This record gives sequence, structure tokens and C-alpha cells, in this order.
Amino acid sequence: MAEVDEASKPLFAGLSDVSISEDIPVEGEITVPVGSPSHDDEYSTLDEPVKETILRDLKAVGKKFGHVMYPKKSTTLLRDWDLWGPLLLCVTLALMLQGGSADSKEDGGPQFAEVFVIIWFGSVIITLNSKLLGGTISFFQSLCVLGYCILPLTVAMIVCRLVLLGGTGTASFIVRFIVVVASFGWSTFASTAFLADSQPPNRKALVVYPVFLFYFVISWMIVTFSPSHSDGATDTGP
Amino acid sequence: MTQQRRKPRAFKGQQQLREWRLSVICNFKNLMMPKTCLPPTGMPPLSALEIRTSKPTSQRRSLGNWSRNADSDKTELLAGQRKSAAFWTFEYYQAFFDVDTYQVLDRIKGSVLPLPSKNFVRLYIRSNPDLYGPFWICATLVFAIAVSGNISNFLVHLGQPQYHYMPEFRKVTIAATAIYSYAWLVPLALWGFLMWRNSKVMNIVSYSFLEIVCVYGYSLFIYIPAAILWIIPIEWVRWITVLVAMCLSGSVLVITFWPAVRDDHRRIAIATISAVIILHALLAVGCKAYFFDAPQIEVPGVSGSIASVPRFC
Repeated sequence: MAEVDEASKPLFAGLSDVSISEDIPVEGEITVPVGSPSHDDEYSTLDEPVKETILRDLKAVGKKFGHVMYPKKSTTLLRDWDLWGPLLLCVTLALMLQGGSADSKEDGGPQFAEVFVIIWFGSVIITLNSKLLGGTISFFQSLCVLGYCILPLTVAMIVCRLVLLGGTGTASFIVRFIVVVASFGWSTFASTAFLADSQPPNRKALVVYPVFLFYFVISWMIVTFSPSHSDGATDTGP
Repeated sequence: MTQQRRKPRAFKGQQQLREWRLSVICNFKNLMMPKTCLPPTGMPPLSALEIRTSKPTSQRRSLGNWSRNADSDKTELLAGQRKSAAFWTFEYYQAFFDVDTYQVLDRIKGSVLPLPSKNFVRLYIRSNPDLYGPFWICATLVFAIAVSGNISNFLVHLGQPQYHYMPEFRKVTIAATAIYSYAWLVPLALWGFLMWRNSKVMNIVSYSFLEIVCVYGYSLFIYIPAAILWIIPIEWVRWITVLVAMCLSGSVLVITFWPAVRDDHRRIAIATISAVIILHALLAVGCKAYFFDAPQIEVPGVSGSIASVPRFC
């Protein structure tokens, strides 16, 4: 065999003997076929305008938003995971939730960093929990699903802020409460629809419960959001 | 240590000394890697001493992970060779989450209903301690206490005009620190103490660190419905809830740990059990006092003076 011969010769000595000449038939094609598909071969994403790049990513994010709002068992979120959507939602929610300035005596609502940390650390811990229990989902896929399913709660937060512009009475509280409860149920249901298939069958409840707790905590922060201590001009006068 | 009687260990030769040392190391390794360390001779160590103390074989010493019956010894030995992943791999930690839903629910049920004949560790944990229960029960308890405390304060101060509702988010961090410290540091201290006593006095039963963490974690479950009941702003309801919760979970702890200290000196055994109960009670009462304001009796004259506190708008 060729290997036995080469062992007795110095290294790389046999390579100079090898050449592809015309009389040795070579199988297969090594050239890119030139034709109408060549337009894609020369077109790389480096050359496209920036607007198209951004729009493509935004469309992907938007499509996933649609999947969350109408959750049915699909693998789109899992297959093409990305973390832009969760980042966008998390920043929006944290911006809207931060409770007033850091007043000296007032133990107000969560600050921006606290909301951010809760959402991301909570997602990481839930993902670790599901993987430790034997789930087959990958780390970033799970982060993606949990982040995207915050969308109903973000919508609820926007609605709550709009309702709070109208007043802080009991009626507005009841409206806010109902909206937040509905979106909490929606979030949990959506994330369960995406995550359930990847878990071992007799541990599904063990995996779903932390997700429930996570969205419950976020809903609690949304329901208890009261901007009056940051505005300082509402109930009690000077 | 002012103890006069301090029996030095008597080893009949190097073999027994070596076995004892290896068993201590083994026990320590079982802390980190459950079910992976087998005793040097293939039998539970100190068997010679057990024969000397002439205990019936049904109460043979268990290093927490081996059962007492002969036919299950084989399965336990085989189980002990199952996983020996290194502690930096993911599979090592997966061994701590090897529970199904019904097992977790059974353990929770066992922690709430103490029966004198049923040792929680022996019946439910049974050499499969998990970290799922302790971690998520503590997390739920943290948020239950914070949320219930917030709601109850809101209800207590509802009629007062000068009260301004605050979500009090800082209290979540305080609750988390307190509860997680209790659920993880107290088992560490208790485990260290029991190991130290084991080196001095022969104990029939001893538990590994993870099993103690498991017992403590599951015993905190009763405080979750108790925290929700504390929303009711009536003082005697709260105290009755505290007492019932403490009795139930405290008795589970006592039933679990009494066999481990029973053979020690009387005073030390009682001191250990009392410390366990007192710490448990302290946690309950402390949480209630800190997170839940006492319902105040309305005095018309007082409220006027409070309204004069300047507000920083």
C-alpha cells in the first residue's frame, strides 16, 4: 500500500509524485456552476444595504411575535432562535417598570437593573432547571422561548400605563388586574406550548411550575406598579 | 469543652484505624458525590463495633445511603457504582434532579403530615436526595412572603389617608437572603455537628449533607400556605397559623433527627433537638414580624400627628 512505501521514505517525499493530469479520470465537480443561480453566489450579506439587514432581522422578530400571540405547536421559535426579541422586550418592560427615583425613605418599585436581572437570571435558572431535569431543549432555545413569551406581559404593561393615565382608583385597579391576569395566563400557556414537547413526560409539571412562578413574579411587578410616587403630584398635597 | 467523660477511640490495630479513616473520608465524599463511595471492605464500616454494641441487624449503621435489608444491599451497591461523574460536568448535577413529579408531591405530603413511625428520610428520600424541592420551595416561599406581606400591609393600612402604597421591592432580597441562608447554612452546621458527634459516639443513624438539605427544604413547604393565610389582618389567626405550621414541620424535623442523636449523651441530644426547633420557630416568627405589620387599633387622635410628616415629592 502507499502508506507502507511512504513510511520508509522521508516525509512528504511521495507528494511530489502526485499530480492530477488529464489521463486520470476525476469524479465529481469542483467548480461552481455558472448560470442564473450564480447571482446568489456572488451576493453576500456583506454587500446588502444596512436597511435590508435590519429589516430582515426585524421581520424574523416580528414573525416570532406573531407566533407567541397565537400560540400553536410549532417549532419556529425553537428552530430559528434569536435573542433580539427577548432583549427588546426586556428593555421595554424594565424601562416602563422602573419605579421612580431612588427616594430616601420610599421603598419603591424595582429599578431598571433589578427588572433586567430578574428576567435574565430567572430565564437562565429556569433553563438550567429544565436541562437538569432531562429536557432536550438547548440552552439558548429555552432562553429565546421564555423571552419571547414575555410579550403579552409587555403589552399588558403598556395597557396598564395607559389606564393609569386616567386615574388610580379602584376601577382602574380592577381593569389593570384583569388585564394582567389574562396576559399572565397567556404567557404561561404560550411558553408551555413551545416547551412541553422537549421535556420527559413524567416531569412536565416540575418544569412548568418554575415558568409559572417566573411569570407570576413579573405580573406582580406589573400589577403593583404605581407611578404616583414618581410624579409626586397626585393624592396627598404638600 | 468542660466534659469530663471523653472516651478516646480505641482501635484494635491498624486495620480498624485505617477502616475508620477511610469511612470518614468516604462519608465526606458522599457529601459531594452521592452514592459513589463504597466502604473499603465492601460492608458498612464499624461492623465490628456494631457487633460489640449488639444492636439488632435491622438497625445497622447506615451512612445515609445504604439500606438495611440484605437483598437491597446488592441493589444499593450496584446503585453506588452508577454515576461517578466529576463535579465539573453537567451529568454530576443531573444526579441531584433525578425525581419525577409524583415523587416530589409525595415528599411534600410527607413533610406536612408527620407520623411518628415514618422517618422522612427513610421513607421518602431513600437514597435519592434531590435539590429540586429545596431550591424551588425556598424560591416560592420567598415570593409568597414578599407578596403576602405587601398585600397584608396594604389591607392593614387601607383606611388611613396618610398611607401611600409602596411595592416594597427591597424586601424580596431580604426575604431571599434569610430563607436561603436558613435552608442551606443550618443544614451545613447540623451536618458538621452530627459528623463531629459521630466521631466521638457511635450513632446508629447518620445522614448525608444532601439528605439534611432535603429535609429542611421540604419542611419549609408548610410556610407557603401559612404565609398566604397571614394576609388576614387578625392577630390571633396569624398566631394560630404560626403555631400549627411550626408544630407540623417541627415535628417532621424532630422525628427525622431524633434517631441520629438518640445515642449521644442525654444533654447533647436534647440540646441539638431544641436548637433545631428554636431555629425553625425563629424563622417563622421573624418572617411574620418583619414582613407583616401588626394590625393597628385605630386611635383618632394619633392619626392627625402622623399626617404632619413632610413628604419628599
